[in-house]
Amino acid sequence: MEGILTFAFLAQVLRITVPYALAALGGTLSERAGVVALALEGMLLGGAFATTIVAHATGSVALGALAGVAGGALVAATYGLVVLRFAADQVVASVATNLLLLGLTPFLSGLAFGSSASSPPIPGFGPDVLLEPLFWTALVLVMGVAWLLQRTAFGLRLRAVGDHPDAAASVGIPVIRVRWVAVLLSGALAGLGGAWLALSAAGFTDEMSGGRGYIALAAVIMGKWRPAAAALACLFFGFAEALQLNLQAAGGGVPRELVQMLPYVLTIVALTGFIGRSRAPNALGRPR
Amino acid sequence: MTFGLSESMRREVYATALALLVAMAAGSVLILIWGVSPARVYGTLLAETWGSEYGFGQVLFKATPLIFTGLAVAVAYRAGLLTVGAEGQMAAGAFATAIVAAALPADTSAAVALPLALCAGMGTGAVVGALPGWLRARFGAHEVITTIMLNFVVAALVMWAGRTGQFVTETTHTREIVAGAHLASLGLGSSAANLSFVLALIFAAGVAWFFGRTRTGFEWRLVGASASTAEASGIKVRRVIVMAMALSGALAGAVGANTVLGDKHYFEEGLARGAGFMGIAVALLGRGGPFGVVLSALLFGTLAHGGFVVNALVPRELVEVLQAVIVLTLLATSAAIRRAVTNAGGAKEGA
Repeated sequence: MEGILTFAFLAQVLRITVPYALAALGGTLSERAGVVALALEGMLLGGAFATTIVAHATGSVALGALAGVAGGALVAATYGLVVLRFAADQVVASVATNLLLLGLTPFLSGLAFGSSASSPPIPGFGPDVLLEPLFWTALVLVMGVAWLLQRTAFGLRLRAVGDHPDAAASVGIPVIRVRWVAVLLSGALAGLGGAWLALSAAGFTDEMSGGRGYIALAAVIMGKWRPAAAALACLFFGFAEALQLNLQAAGGGVPRELVQMLPYVLTIVALTGFIGRSRAPNALGRPR
Repeated sequence: MTFGLSESMRREVYATALALLVAMAAGSVLILIWGVSPARVYGTLLAETWGSEYGFGQVLFKATPLIFTGLAVAVAYRAGLLTVGAEGQMAAGAFATAIVAAALPADTSAAVALPLALCAGMGTGAVVGALPGWLRARFGAHEVITTIMLNFVVAALVMWAGRTGQFVTETTHTREIVAGAHLASLGLGSSAANLSFVLALIFAAGVAWFFGRTRTGFEWRLVGASASTAEASGIKVRRVIVMAMALSGALAGAVGANTVLGDKHYFEEGLARGAGFMGIAVALLGRGGPFGVVLSALLFGTLAHGGFVVNALVPRELVEVLQAVIVLTLLATSAAIRRAVTNAGGAKEGA
């Protein structure tokens, strides 16, 4: 067991954590503005796919990552159109958005690469995660989002819109427009998380988001809707996952399924209030 | 009041028709990009689903789990709850059905085996459903999040139980169930359609009767319409929440009848995956009414089997896109219509 806390292990933890953390940051922004962030899964998938297309065409990791941001934002725009422009139910729209991407990405992958199951290899990350600019970008983004939310006028407006939309509207804050910005930012961040997935695996595979959007939402709740705390929750989930992968390789210890359950069980416990009050933004899920 | 339809029902029909048209148009664009004629794809889809005995049987087979999960979502929704947990309840229920049906003595008669296997599935589904209901009633934990999280917990538990003894070695399926627990085929070609489709219809009728004709059903609907009013009139709201979630889970847990008792005769990991999430779409398209749920399950069942029959022309993922576009358009149009009416009609229509 002592042998497990090596540098390679910590690098693995970080590698797993980054996409969770990016999606969770996006989720925090969206939910603090009062918009349910269940569509993170679709945004991750859209980002991963867009990254693969552009990185494959240009051979550039950086352009691929940018495409991931755009891809995630595009998914967010679709979701925003339905829930913000048309004020539809956010949970149902999220589920539908995720289904849309689950179908659309393999379809387009078949169109672009002749296989709906996986893409050809794309330029990806090197072996050392700490040497990747995207890793440091993610770290800066954690601090950036926390600062944006807590220390800027826009953050104040965003929180107002999520907690008391009527009051916000009465002092002249354009509620829907602020929510649009929050949702698009959440898509951009989750899309970057998707880019990480694709670059990390050096290609796109069908359903490669693998439920990470839901884990990210779990982290948002565990972090009580605060960006830094959500990122820490992701780090914890990443640690648990890496530990499980290594235990599995070592072939012993706790059953892997029980470790996999951990984030979900902890989230349920968090919601019951056993680890401090975990209160959602007041107007979460309400169209206006 | 033309054609005996009320104004609001006509609006729903328009919204649904529009959603189908938009989905068809979006699908046509994708099919054209793929380089095939949309008329040919849609023609094949229709001919090889409703146009053949086997195809029709497969449509019924694919529609059956959607009726169960659609009803599950609809029941909870009537009581004011949005459950995303059908996926997990379904997996747990079908697993329990398969374990019980395989553990029975080989010569168990159908009269004993079928009810036992079904009750195991529904009971397990009810427990998995009641838990988020209780968490909501007791702690105010939102059922959308808890049911999603429970889906993953159940999936992991089923894998664990399977891997540590319930699955046949080196596979991800359980042992074969006893002959007495087999549900008869409907005999539509060589399709997998079986008596559980009839069972689903009976459940749909039962749900309609429950909400339309019983006092308890009325109380549940009152809780759904206004929990505070219900509380004030002496209804135990918390109990209704737990009970409604349990019934919802029981309906989802009945899915095992279709795949386990009626088709494969064992539980396989990932069976009917996605049917839980699709249940939300089915309930939405069916406006939460049992009759509507059956109709929209048939539509989604048609698309589900249709994906396979057009797979030679276009990737079958196309139908997943169609299903999602239908739901998104429907959400947008009905919300837009509702708002337009509220703005124009004011207090008369309400909202």
